[in-house]
Amino acid sequence: MEETFEPVVLGFLCNWCAYAGADLAGVSRLQYPPNLRVIRVNCSGMVHPELVVKALSRGVDGVLVMG
Amino acid sequence: MNIELHTLSTVTGIQGHPGNFTVTLRQAPRYVDPDKCIACGLCAEKCPKKVPDDYNLGVGKRRAIYIYYSQTVPLKYAIDPEACLYFLKGKCKACEKFCPTGAINFADPGEELSLKVGALILAPGYRPFDPRVLAPYGYGRIPDVVTGLEYERLLSAGGPFQGHLIRPSDHQEPHKVAWIQCVGSRSQDGRGNPYCSTVCCMYAVKQALVTADHVPGAETVIFYMDLRAHNKEFERYYVNAQAKGVRFVRARPHSILPGPLSRGVVVEYVAEDGRTRQEDFDLAVLSVGLEAQDGALELATTVGVDLNPFRFVETTGFNPVATSRPGIYVCGAAESPKSIPRAVMDASAAAGEAARTLVMARGTLTREKTYPPERDVSKEEPRIGVFICSCGINIAGVIDVQELADYARTLPRVVLVENNLFTCSTDTQDLIAARIRELNLNRIVIAACTPRTHEALFQDTLREAGLNPYLVEMANIRNQGSWVHQHNPAYATRKAKDQVRMAVAKAALDYPLARAAVPVVQQALVVGGGVAGLTAALELAEQGYAVTLVEKGDKLGGNAWLLNRTWKGEEVRPFLTGLIAQVENHPKIQVLKQAELKSVSGSVGNFTGEISVAGESRRVSFGVAVLAIGGQEYKPEEYLYGEHPRVLTALELDALLREKPADLKAAGPVVFIQCVGSREPGRMYCSRTCCTHSVENAIRLKELDPEKPVYILYRDLRTYGLRENLSTKARELGVIFIPYTLENKPRVTESAGRLEVTVTDPILGLPVRLSPDYLVLASGIRPHDTSGLVELFKCGVNEDGFLTEAHPKLRPVDSTVDGVFLAGLCHYPKPLEEAVSQAKAAVTRAGIILAKSAMELDAIKSEVTAHCDGCGLCVDVCPYLALKLEDYQGDDGRRHRRVVSDKALCKGCGLCEATCPKEGITVHGFTLPQLEAQVEAVLEAL
Repeated sequence: MEETFEPVVLGFLCNWCAYAGADLAGVSRLQYPPNLRVIRVNCSGMVHPELVVKALSRGVDGVLVMG
Repeated sequence: MNIELHTLSTVTGIQGHPGNFTVTLRQAPRYVDPDKCIACGLCAEKCPKKVPDDYNLGVGKRRAIYIYYSQTVPLKYAIDPEACLYFLKGKCKACEKFCPTGAINFADPGEELSLKVGALILAPGYRPFDPRVLAPYGYGRIPDVVTGLEYERLLSAGGPFQGHLIRPSDHQEPHKVAWIQCVGSRSQDGRGNPYCSTVCCMYAVKQALVTADHVPGAETVIFYMDLRAHNKEFERYYVNAQAKGVRFVRARPHSILPGPLSRGVVVEYVAEDGRTRQEDFDLAVLSVGLEAQDGALELATTVGVDLNPFRFVETTGFNPVATSRPGIYVCGAAESPKSIPRAVMDASAAAGEAARTLVMARGTLTREKTYPPERDVSKEEPRIGVFICSCGINIAGVIDVQELADYARTLPRVVLVENNLFTCSTDTQDLIAARIRELNLNRIVIAACTPRTHEALFQDTLREAGLNPYLVEMANIRNQGSWVHQHNPAYATRKAKDQVRMAVAKAALDYPLARAAVPVVQQALVVGGGVAGLTAALELAEQGYAVTLVEKGDKLGGNAWLLNRTWKGEEVRPFLTGLIAQVENHPKIQVLKQAELKSVSGSVGNFTGEISVAGESRRVSFGVAVLAIGGQEYKPEEYLYGEHPRVLTALELDALLREKPADLKAAGPVVFIQCVGSREPGRMYCSRTCCTHSVENAIRLKELDPEKPVYILYRDLRTYGLRENLSTKARELGVIFIPYTLENKPRVTESAGRLEVTVTDPILGLPVRLSPDYLVLASGIRPHDTSGLVELFKCGVNEDGFLTEAHPKLRPVDSTVDGVFLAGLCHYPKPLEEAVSQAKAAVTRAGIILAKSAMELDAIKSEVTAHCDGCGLCVDVCPYLALKLEDYQGDDGRRHRRVVSDKALCKGCGLCEATCPKEGITVHGFTLPQLEAQVEAVLEAL
């Protein structure tokens, strides 16, 4: 059976804004596609470029750094 | 720890004086020894007697031995002697036979207790109005008529139908639901209460929106008189509900009839155009109001405090938490119907009042929480326990928690997986602690809601079980899982597996962290010298802390100088001048006028500020700050304001009433227009005070001249709570109220010097022309420019410019920045008594920090590693100036350079970590290996 393409997007979300926003989206029951995998960070500024490069080179379809 | 609970208790007497009361209590028997009961639930399972469940408002059943609801504190069973077979018939005792701890005691006599206390706070709450007396609504007779509270239980995951919305008559899902507002409120016929219950409009709007979540496409209709969405962010919520299809019908239905076969209902009402209409619904919800608790009169008599005619505890407009008896305070709906934020705020204010009474004895009887010694896990391999929360049906309704649990068992280092109905409940907390000890777990993963609200709770659980609190990770499968993928359960489950795998991967690399302590500067800064700022300063000083009060202008008092009376009729000026004198003469308060805060550095417990006072710069140190910079009246640009001399704002009318009442007495008709500059696109908020203000002034004008025609043109009259009595009085005096809509506003023109106001009468459907001598614009409240404070403190602000609280319901006076608190109009428009309450609440919250000379910091801080070679790249990027270079002598005897981190300044943002080319600096809790492990866990699924 052929599977439809489901991209995996890796998100680095700042605990204080974007992650809080993602929580609020939940509280507000805003529906969105389930393709995002979230890593909570203490600030979007702590995301080392190597993490992004590694994720992309090893096959994730997109990286979101939100803060 | 410092709270002693006496449940099932009634106050039987009080003697003494503030600071030294003796309170006697009668504690009714529980018949279960709370020290022995482990809340295993076996007793209730074996109990043969079922009775209607009060908590689920009789919709479900409970046993004669029961807990009120699953999160009950304390979590201990009790026997209901009015239902228990042993008490009724002398036999059974099944619970006693099966109780594994021997906790049952049928001979429990109860207890008479005597307590020594310094102050007393009354918080008996409210009872919902019983709509049986309103026979035409058919409650109790028509099955599909329920109260708002019953409906709340029907919607709840913990409710009688596990959150599946069904109607009582045939257990079918309702597709069309009506809400009837003001049931038992705003009543003039003696069968309800005359006041407004404040909260019902918003609970109905919320229930309508939640209904659409449960039953997609459901039709929802709210029958209302005035939609009172007056609190912060409520107006936007209301407008959003309209946009989402909730239908609002302005009418007070006169009867509800049963539908065919007694299923559903028929609502009969008179529409705005005067015609009678009927509409069929599957279910009708009566938005019942709030009234004084059973026994309010007895309690008030026993403790000796005054009640108002509605049996609410009497307070003044200057101190809404002080009762008529010194040393006894009140909070919550016992004082008047109120919303959660206001109840929470008043609770903090009442606690502050009590704390002030007890200031001499502070700390003498308190105990510190102690934890067992921390287990050293450094030599242990990770042994991970995973606890998966069903959150009622919030998670389990979408995600297959069994499948998730089975999956989690396959993950490396996981030695235990459990699924709980509510992982945050006290019993599950105890269970987690027990499992940690039994199985020697040393890392915990909680798959549940968000760490932003619940991490601290689980950290405490770990500490209680002898583990370092930083050995717990959360997988956010609710807020970022089941709630946002409601229609895609298979994928939500797959995502949850990834989330748990990521959390397990990170947890394996967690290591114990230590919290540092920093000294607290036990002084406060208050910004703003209006009533909120003055109250905050005085309360802080009375609690023994030195205060610097910064006022931009050359005079204290703010907007209160412009007010004549509170809505309760008290003169504002004597109160204000007294308050100012107390502040100015207080030895612990330094008042700086014509002063402005220029810079702020540091953090909670230890701020330094630079203040410019009449051109000179001063430095102050403070542990906390209260921001109370107030707001101002909007100067209208509409309705000929500024063009015609007799178009006034509400405050200008106040001034005229103060200074030239004779002019007003002699004048002809007066028209008020409400919502000027409020509740419009771009300013989508209600200014709250203007309806009451206009009604008060209309009454004043009628008192000056009973024959004077006075008109109030309004959209929704929002004289909320007990203020409703004022609008009743205004109507009795002949004030004429005409509603208008945003789309069809009144038109104001001038003809030969005279004002003409044209408004469409909704019943006639025709324009009505009024020719007033004065036109009063109820202009809204604007915040002062808060951008400076936002910049200085980095605190949050909403789109209207009002400062944001940390949590709209549970932390209504904390700003988004630790150690910074909010009071007064800079937070949201509010009347005087709420500004006072909020200021007192802010002081109580601030006092938690100020009361100790040192405070613990979070352990999420940067740490320099052995790889640091002192290149200094991180020093340049650190936004908090927490990093410095230092020279040191290495083991090789030579001089080297490296970076050092100041833990008090560091916020753990990790810019250093991302900048360092050689892993020379890391942030605890978010180390590079931990983040990498999570990335790897994601990659695994590809």
